[in-house]
Amino acid sequence: MKPPPFDHHAPRDLGAALAALAEAGARGKVLAGGQSLIPMLNMRLAAPEHLIDINGVAELDTLEAGPAGVTVGALARHSRVERSAEAAEAQPLLGQALRLVAHPAIRNRGTVVGSLVHADPAAELPAVLALLGGSVRLARAGAAPRDVPAAEFFTGPMESAVRPGELAVSAFFPAPPPRSGTAFREVARRHGDYALAGVAALVALDDDLRVAQARVACVGVGPVPLVLDVTEESAGDDWAAAARAVRERAEPEDDIHATAGYRRHLAGVLAEQALREAALEGRANA
Amino acid sequence: MPERTHDITLTVNGVVRHATVPARRLLSDCLRHDLGLTGTHVGCEHGVCGCCTVLLDGEPVRSCLTFAVTVSGHEITTVEGLAGPGGRMSPVQRAFAECHGLQCGFCTPGFLCTVTALLRENPAPTDAEVVEGLSGNLCRCTGYQNIVKSVHRAAELIAEES
Amino acid sequence: MTTKLFGEPVQRREDPRLLTGQGRYLDDLGSGALAAAFVRSPHAHARIRDIDVSGALDVDGLVAIYTWEDLPPRVAEPLPLLIPHPALTHGRTAYPLARDTVRHVGEPVVMVVARDRYLAEDACALIRVDYEPLKPVVGVEEALVGAHRVHEDVPGNVGAHLVQEVPSARGRTAAEEIEAAPHSLSFRLDIERSASMPLEGRGVYARWDPDDRSLRVYSSTQTSTSVRMALAAKLGLPLPSVEVIAPDVGGGFGVKIVHPWPEEVLIPWAAMLLDREIKWTEDRREHFVSSAHERGQVQHVKVGFDDEGRVLGLDVTILHDHGAYTPYGIIVPIVTATQLLGPYKIGAYRVEFSSIYTNTVQVTPYRGAGRPQGVFCMERTMDRIAAYLGLDRTAVRAANFIQPEEFPYDQGMMFQDGRPLIYDSGNYPESLRMLKELIGWDSFEERRAAAAAEGRRIGIGIGCYVEGTGVGPYEGGHVQITSDGRVHVSTGLTSQGQGHETVFAQIAATELGVPIERVSVVTGDTRRFGYAVGTFASRAAVMSGNAIALACRKVREKALRIAADALEADPADLEIDDGIVHVAGTPTASIPLATVAVLANPLRYAFDEEARRATQFTGTAALDRPPVAEGQEPGLEGRDYYSPVRSTFASGMHAAIVETDPGTAEIKILRYAVVHDCGKLINPMIVEGQIHGGVAQGVGGALYERMVYDSHGQLLNASFMDFLMPYATEVPRIETAHLETPSPLNPLGIKGAGEAGVIPVPAVIASAIEDAEGIPITRMPISPSELHELRLRRPPG
Repeated sequence: MKPPPFDHHAPRDLGAALAALAEAGARGKVLAGGQSLIPMLNMRLAAPEHLIDINGVAELDTLEAGPAGVTVGALARHSRVERSAEAAEAQPLLGQALRLVAHPAIRNRGTVVGSLVHADPAAELPAVLALLGGSVRLARAGAAPRDVPAAEFFTGPMESAVRPGELAVSAFFPAPPPRSGTAFREVARRHGDYALAGVAALVALDDDLRVAQARVACVGVGPVPLVLDVTEESAGDDWAAAARAVRERAEPEDDIHATAGYRRHLAGVLAEQALREAALEGRANA
Repeated sequence: MPERTHDITLTVNGVVRHATVPARRLLSDCLRHDLGLTGTHVGCEHGVCGCCTVLLDGEPVRSCLTFAVTVSGHEITTVEGLAGPGGRMSPVQRAFAECHGLQCGFCTPGFLCTVTALLRENPAPTDAEVVEGLSGNLCRCTGYQNIVKSVHRAAELIAEES
Repeated sequence: MTTKLFGEPVQRREDPRLLTGQGRYLDDLGSGALAAAFVRSPHAHARIRDIDVSGALDVDGLVAIYTWEDLPPRVAEPLPLLIPHPALTHGRTAYPLARDTVRHVGEPVVMVVARDRYLAEDACALIRVDYEPLKPVVGVEEALVGAHRVHEDVPGNVGAHLVQEVPSARGRTAAEEIEAAPHSLSFRLDIERSASMPLEGRGVYARWDPDDRSLRVYSSTQTSTSVRMALAAKLGLPLPSVEVIAPDVGGGFGVKIVHPWPEEVLIPWAAMLLDREIKWTEDRREHFVSSAHERGQVQHVKVGFDDEGRVLGLDVTILHDHGAYTPYGIIVPIVTATQLLGPYKIGAYRVEFSSIYTNTVQVTPYRGAGRPQGVFCMERTMDRIAAYLGLDRTAVRAANFIQPEEFPYDQGMMFQDGRPLIYDSGNYPESLRMLKELIGWDSFEERRAAAAAEGRRIGIGIGCYVEGTGVGPYEGGHVQITSDGRVHVSTGLTSQGQGHETVFAQIAATELGVPIERVSVVTGDTRRFGYAVGTFASRAAVMSGNAIALACRKVREKALRIAADALEADPADLEIDDGIVHVAGTPTASIPLATVAVLANPLRYAFDEEARRATQFTGTAALDRPPVAEGQEPGLEGRDYYSPVRSTFASGMHAAIVETDPGTAEIKILRYAVVHDCGKLINPMIVEGQIHGGVAQGVGGALYERMVYDSHGQLLNASFMDFLMPYATEVPRIETAHLETPSPLNPLGIKGAGEAGVIPVPAVIASAIEDAEGIPITRMPISPSELHELRLRRPPG
């Protein structure tokens, strides 16, 4: 299990990285944390001719948290975001989800943006971005960067809107609305495994602390994160009704770890738990 | 055609080391075969087992999921570098011996690196924190019982000796 | 007192090197060696039409490419069938490289040798093999239908068929007893495949010396002596010209007892041919598809019993999935069939198994070696009986126990060593009493009610087993005391983490009266000890432990005789303490063992100060006797062997409390308790560690691990991402208690402990989940998804 040969490019700044990517085009791949790419290389499931290794591009190693939300640069590792008090303050769901991503040693190396671009339908971070309505900024040589909203970013299992020659330079996770709470619940076979199903939930309350908005993003029950607005069903804290809506709209598939029926069931159970927890947090925050 | 190589410099266990490697050389292979530090073991080469865990600038990472060229210029600590001055085993190493925290010893270097970093960050972990901290490393021999015990014992030893 | 170490939790002597990165595992050796890699079949069943290597010839660093046609006659033959058995009428083994047909995904087809492993894999990727796919046979039931054949000349895919029948005391067959019994039940059980999965895969490193025409091979094996004999035969070399060494081995658990593996023959052969050092280190993907699996069985059970739950007749039919080949014979199903009986007296017993070929990786022993399946069968049966009669599950077991005064107890069958299945000793009622106390069996209903009040669902389960350990034919030990006072112990069997360097040193230190620091132990190195069988079947401590003890006793006797001469005392009056022989009660009349070693070896040449004292003009020798007395040998050393008349039977009982989530169907083990009896403990810390590891593997087999083949014979989860070995987060805290019922069969009174922990775990977990859910659990492993589906199928009410 040794990777195939490739040409290694080690740009020191963003311009050089974009130039190298432009030249490599479809024959090139970006290497950031490598925690998903390198296993595929070791198994020779991927064989890019060029690897543009952005680990030396210091300007991408950024993490900015403010009232609007959290902007994570392409080189910010999971662990850095997870440990950031500012990020947790600005968008608590990020930290709630990051704790569920693989294991500490993987999080020390893997990047948040890399995880989004990898677009695994069972991964946590795409669901977080999708739930919050965040976006990913894509740059290319000789053109202005474009911001792609989450709803358009995840295009299929392991497929994103990133085109050849483009680099995902950052991701933006908007801050939660006022009087709101979030929660992330999942069931994995082993601690740290990809989830069989998982649900990120956001509940915002009105001035009377009634549910004003309830949304979930489900992982593992479709080709891309399944975002559902269950505000109507959740009226009067009827989380069971919301869970029924999730079950009805989930489109999971069988695999070696679970049946589609179980995943659908699980999505409902977890949605109910996550919504209840988010509402509880929202009321505590109000 | 011979593959292109890169000259890299790593500070391994405090010693500056140079190697000439192809870009695809995994850090695990570079340490083991280019630098002769065979204490870092390779159990799966897809980042799940944790045998190859080393400390990169003090943080545990999978050396099988890292290219040596990527980390040129950085500091690496392997199991060979955990012992103190004069070769006395570190508290973590001694705790594993005392508590029978290893059997075949193949996964052990990865656990030692992981635990060394864990206790640096959290010197008095709870049982749940220990189990969580160990959860990225597979052991097929011990059933983890004595590894958990070893971590608590190491925490005690570190506290006593600091 | 430094020397009475038997029974003490002595810290391991192998640890300092393993903790500092100084261990030497297979891939740590041979830094300059060439690397081998293999092209392996992507098909479960196919004919090879053509192999085109031309695309690989330009790879930089390529040294050689070999296919089956390149192999000389003896190397090209099918690999040996290691354990023949009359019932294995259609035994089949693989060629080291596929000849014309591949029978499982992963079967080696082409060997590549190159400068390093990266380049060897590059070349493999460029070799084109043209396959004609054949219909794959997957699953024992499909195989039995026989529409397609794994081996053309094996009709119905049945490799072996064996029926064993033990009549009841009144001479009735199982069928008759079941027919006549007040109650009877019949049901089906399924156990899926798992695998040993040591964290170090297999590996071979060969060094050929063309000058003295000798071969040294390092292999990550559980039997170096037998690999050596196999290699000498395959390669046509005189046995003394071949040495095989098992270096530090990163776990075995059974898979490394199989030998010679294709690579174990091919790598040394190529090293000789190319006159270059060559190494092959198995990677994880190779290990999944080219080593071995175990466990997969389908069982059909019929049982007849009385009102107390006593089993009057038991009839079990086992379909055993043997994969594509049977290199290790039918040991696994034999062990299932015999060890199924556990600690019980069964009225009449009939067991029938068919060993069935499928186009999957071959099946050979994995820790437990058929026992977990047998225990699953018997313990599920006990629970069924209890449920049917409305009795406590432990009461039904107790009603069937062999009683302490009934040993030796003859089960009336032939065991896996070809010898009678006679239990030597045990105390099952006491084990059960201890276990019930440890887990709180009798107060569980209160706990269940308290959990239910919080909306939680919990259950308790139990499983009992008996394990035949320490199978023969023999092991040996050699003990030498050198003139520096050091004690060198060697034995031929190998080590994979069991702490042999420590426990054998404890035995030697205790027997010889020397400090353990002076004792060193070497295992698995044919340069040091050539006669051995190997490490499997929980046999190392029993076999080599006793052999080393016997060898030590020989050395001790010789030391006392020589010391008695020197001290002008009666050997019977001498004692050895701290490495010094002295007259009992007269500590001043003493002589160190180091000096005894000098006196034991009369010398002509004084190469050092110690040697000078043994030379011919020093005047210590009696001039009227030859320097080496008749019947004696120079040197203070001894060799002895232990060969038991039959196996010794360890036992144990486990219990668990599990919680099942009413919503998510997640299964969590809240408590896990073990009572274990392996006779006298040499080192309780190490025995405990063995149990912990076994239980963790059992938890894997019960809740996580399975080999998932699709109908095309593709292994769908050949990675650690999808083959779910438990992490620390998945293994509960394990509580243990020991009972020590010595074995009357061997001098040390010990029984094996290596496999014990794993054996009953699936049965225990099934029992507990069934208790929590009220749904019959008939398959292992079980996942949350499967529990959910079972709940949906539960009949209403």
